Amino acid sequence: MHSSVPLAAGAVAPRARWRGDWLAPAAVAVVLAFAPLVLETYYQELVMKIVIYAIFALSLELLAGTTGLVSLGHAAFFGIGAYATALAAPQYEAGSPLLLLGLSMLAAAAYALLVGALSLRTREVYFIMVTLAFAQMAYFVFHDTPIGGGSDGMYLMMRPVLKAGDTVLADFERPLHLYFAALGLLVLCYAFLALVLRSRFGHALAGIRINEQRMRAAGFQTYRYKLAAFVLAGALAGIAGFLYVSKNGVVNPELLSWHESGAVLMMIILGGLGSLRGAVIGAAAFVLLKEFYSSEALLGPAIAGRWQLTLGLTMIAFVALLPKGLVGIGRRFSFKRSRP
Amino acid sequence: MDFPTFLVQCLNAIQYGLLLFLVASGLTLIFGIMGVINLAHGSFYMIGAYLAYLLAPMFGDHFITMLVAGMLMAAVFGFVLEWVFFSFLYGRDHLQQVLMTYALILVFEELRSILVGNEVHGVQAPGWLAGGISLGGMMTYPAYNLFASAACLVVAFALYWVVNRTRLGMMVRAGASNRDMTRGLGINIRLLYRAVFAGGVALAALAGMIAAPAASVYPGMGGGVLIMCFVVVVIGGIGSISGALLAALLVGFVDTFGKVFFAQLSGIGVYVLMAVILVWRPQGLRNKGF
Repeated sequence: MHSSVPLAAGAVAPRARWRGDWLAPAAVAVVLAFAPLVLETYYQELVMKIVIYAIFALSLELLAGTTGLVSLGHAAFFGIGAYATALAAPQYEAGSPLLLLGLSMLAAAAYALLVGALSLRTREVYFIMVTLAFAQMAYFVFHDTPIGGGSDGMYLMMRPVLKAGDTVLADFERPLHLYFAALGLLVLCYAFLALVLRSRFGHALAGIRINEQRMRAAGFQTYRYKLAAFVLAGALAGIAGFLYVSKNGVVNPELLSWHESGAVLMMIILGGLGSLRGAVIGAAAFVLLKEFYSSEALLGPAIAGRWQLTLGLTMIAFVALLPKGLVGIGRRFSFKRSRP
Repeated sequence: MDFPTFLVQCLNAIQYGLLLFLVASGLTLIFGIMGVINLAHGSFYMIGAYLAYLLAPMFGDHFITMLVAGMLMAAVFGFVLEWVFFSFLYGRDHLQQVLMTYALILVFEELRSILVGNEVHGVQAPGWLAGGISLGGMMTYPAYNLFASAACLVVAFALYWVVNRTRLGMMVRAGASNRDMTRGLGINIRLLYRAVFAGGVALAALAGMIAAPAASVYPGMGGGVLIMCFVVVVIGGIGSISGALLAALLVGFVDTFGKVFFAQLSGIGVYVLMAVILVWRPQGLRNKGF
């Protein structure tokens, strides 16, 4: 009976758009895969940073863009994922990345289940504020108690190493291995979410965004769908957290702070809500803008020290001039609607 | 805990709660009337505190004159801000406003850093409020803190009176319950928005100015207050001023006594309170009316 319900506009003729949709993201992935051949270490690091934030932004996109649940506390899951790896990694030997990744996702998903179960009782603005408050609660747990080293945070002593028997498959101590691991995870997340959006579950989420009342009337238990989306988004944010700590080797409570939650929300709004590529583009734009504005080499110390001002003013200009986000620029010049 | 200590903690809780109420009432009004989620509201509190730091040496003992002058400046600032940055956003998605207010936080923080630097400052309480009031035994309570609570109460009553008893308040309530009908009755909703926004900014700045001599003035002080105000608004019910007062006092008591009894987990108590209230009443304590 469910399948006979007419659903959101996104359900129209998925097959016809299949090939065109995959071309651009796949091309970008291939280019990034060969990029280390020509990129210096600094730029490799920058790409890695973008990749990590892109995963983080994609996870929020599933909530905010697809389901219409705007969370301003998403950094909690990112931070908990990072802390889970840092806490669970063995002190004097390298941990297994698969195990640590799984733990990070599990920990983030567990907190998402708790937060989601409570905050999904509310909607719209309440939801924004409640998710923010719960993220702040997690922030204070790490900030005020000695679990994770208090406000100083803690170090990841040994980066994870992936072994099969005695042969080392990937050593995260080596930047290039980490680069490919991060890129691979981004591709997996993107493909996974693209499949989710095409599935019955994804269409139900889109339906909830457009008209929850109608979905409920059609027999969907929308609360469960929303909770599933929330937990899934939390787990994906946990992946980003795992990569963050593997790259930087250090975690602190600021990872869970509302500035971080705000930043990731800004990324997906900047890129353009409602499309996966928008989240990735937004993450890249945000990281690059911040990097550019705080670059002393390019702008000189006087301006670079004031990056908040320049970044803030740029974002205001974006709001004024680009109501549909960066993805909207491309759409303005083409008739083909492209999502995700 | 002996009685004087208990009394001091109660006074602290009330003072904190009332200050939170001043900031949260602006936030809830702006949301209730204009539908704007103003993340930059905490920045107005910070601006108020720095205003007190800059103005206090000029006004000396005329502290109340300073508060009024600062409030007027903040209201003008809010009026212009709404005009320049928000007036073109009303037809758009809510998230555009969130993005705008987030960008404004960054801008305000950096401008504050450029204009007054990043140091922590203290503000001297005026001479006539410098002493303490004996509470029996060795305990004294700073006179200024009592003044702060009293001032907040006066403003709270004034706000109640304006919203419930004046023509402006009638327009505000009408705008909150039905925007289009209000416009249809010939009320200039744009101007009303601008006035409400200016009022909200003035209230937040006033709270900052009152708080400055009792606490210190430091960068990033707006963020913590903003989040506490969100908690207050969620507990109280969005758009409700009386709900905000009730919730603010509740938060004040939970936070203050949480610090006394569970020092290490004190940051969490308020959020647990919020979670409990959400389970019990998802729409807040008072979700209808002011």
